[in-house]
Amino acid sequence: MNHRTFLTFVAPSLLAMLLLIVFPVVSVVLQSFHAQHEQVMEVVETCGPFGCTETTSVNQEQTLALREAQPLGRFVGFENYTNRGHLAFSEMGEAWRTSTGWGDWWSKVMNLPFYSAIVFTLTFTFIVTPLTIVLGFSIAIAVNAASRAIRGPLIFVSLLPFIITPLVGSLVLFWMVDARGVLGHAIQALAGNPELSVKASTPMMWIMLMVYGIWHAAPFAFVVFYAGLQSVSQDADEAAMIDGANRWQRVRFVTIPHIMPLVTFVALIQLMDNFRVFEPLISFSAEAHAQSLSTYIFSDLGGETRLLNSAATTSLLTVVCVGILLFPVLVRTWRDFKRA
Amino acid sequence: MSTANPRKQPTSLRIILTGFLVLWVIMAAFPFLWTLWGSFKVEGDFFSKANWAFALTGESTRVETGGSFTGDGYYGAWVTEEFGRAVMNTSIVCFCVVTISLTLSTLAGYALSRSTYNYAFWILIAALMFRAMPQITLVSGYLLPFYEWNLWGRLGTTIVVLVAINQPFSLWMMTSFFRNIPKDLDESAMVDGCNRFQAFRHVILPVMWPGVITTGLFSFLLAYNDFPVAAMLLDQENQTMIPKIASFLGTTQTKGNVMFAVAAVVSATAPLFVLILFFQRQIVSGLTAGAVKG
Repeated sequence: MNHRTFLTFVAPSLLAMLLLIVFPVVSVVLQSFHAQHEQVMEVVETCGPFGCTETTSVNQEQTLALREAQPLGRFVGFENYTNRGHLAFSEMGEAWRTSTGWGDWWSKVMNLPFYSAIVFTLTFTFIVTPLTIVLGFSIAIAVNAASRAIRGPLIFVSLLPFIITPLVGSLVLFWMVDARGVLGHAIQALAGNPELSVKASTPMMWIMLMVYGIWHAAPFAFVVFYAGLQSVSQDADEAAMIDGANRWQRVRFVTIPHIMPLVTFVALIQLMDNFRVFEPLISFSAEAHAQSLSTYIFSDLGGETRLLNSAATTSLLTVVCVGILLFPVLVRTWRDFKRA
Repeated sequence: MSTANPRKQPTSLRIILTGFLVLWVIMAAFPFLWTLWGSFKVEGDFFSKANWAFALTGESTRVETGGSFTGDGYYGAWVTEEFGRAVMNTSIVCFCVVTISLTLSTLAGYALSRSTYNYAFWILIAALMFRAMPQITLVSGYLLPFYEWNLWGRLGTTIVVLVAINQPFSLWMMTSFFRNIPKDLDESAMVDGCNRFQAFRHVILPVMWPGVITTGLFSFLLAYNDFPVAAMLLDQENQTMIPKIASFLGTTQTKGNVMFAVAAVVSATAPLFVLILFFQRQIVSGLTAGAVKG
């Protein structure tokens, strides 16, 4: 296909991505180096019967005019990155010098919003992703062993947690684990503590968020692995059987190597999706116990004072993290491409 | 010899696998059935401090309304809170996003699957990276310009944004579908004197519908399920379903009307049920399309 025809076909799609994905990233970069103009202060002298006093006050009119004239704000360089809300260099240094032990240091670090968000996001990503793969693989094996007649309905039911709107799915789960909900009652009975509440405990909240994450994503892994199982070579399986391999050895040395490329694929998609974990934290109203990078940006953007610059800084740091996370994949794709 | 037929599973293994499947089916389906059942109760039953079984029997519902089932939650959500308008907005957004997104990605996907130059590879890699970026990071880039240019709050803006966010994924999917359509097909048409566009129009267009339908389903799901974009870019009036449900939680907890949200949640889930019922095969093929071809 020649260049001109190619461009005609691709142009609309590329234009959409350029305008609404590339430019916003540029806008994020620009915003992250700016801060809102400070309030314009003025000194007013008021004279009364007891002499004159000088008072400093905010000139609302001028402040508003200045902010409207330059909506981007004033250039501050890397200040947004180093402040307490983000990389918090001085606070980190302070924590390092004054901490009495690792525990103390850790609790100081977890008090900094950006670090606590990144710790949660990474924990979530690296716990949920492998467990999703394991659960998905188990379901695939079990469904594959079921009789053909019920496989269709089984797949239908299995797809539900994945197709459901994330915000809605997590709400449904949240209502059930509420202290007055059915799972909440069950947990209380199991723990023997009728006062136990997921909402009130940070570790319970983290666990529930991860349980939701696995529940939501397992069907995706299941469907991919199930499709892969259909194409496992019967010849190889039979040959292994003749060589005396038992059931487990056949799974380990025939099925799993066949599925391995799919595991990489699921892991890649899951890393991307889990890193942006967002809706469950909103549904669980978890902000007191857990904050992910996405909800940190969201809470900066919403609220009374829209902290656009702070949100932009976090966004850029998040994109950098995604880049680091994906880098090995990109390198591999590039090598494959070179070899091909 | 107990291993007369090694393909046949031993009983113990079969019991374990069946038990596991039953457990999974309960895990996958029970929350939805529970919420559907509970949406016809009053709050005192759905969230029962005294006894969880009240949610099944509807003790408080009988005391408060006289019957075991009540449609109060649905009445509150659809009539009092005008959930219908949010449904309308969601329909508009979904319809526009799916149509526009499919048109763009079909054209681009076809070209990407037929091009042998390096830049086609780089476009797909760039798309992969765009796909990896959390949507909320893009939203923080939109807000300031959209305020300045007075684009904020409109349905049109959200539609265009969702189309763009949808592009990377649709591109990958359409490209992989077109790669499955043999090149010979359109090339022989071009030998017969068609140009690229005519070949696309007369040869490819008639055979591409399975791929288009599958990609369309996933575009629909993205638009339907989206929360971060719609929550940040739409004003109160143009709110779609999912942000509306989220806003119920903020306002209704003080009013003690969580049941509005429960009813709205059930209403929002119903179309997805129907979707899986009719398009299960396409959804499965779509999920595996990217994977099986690597």
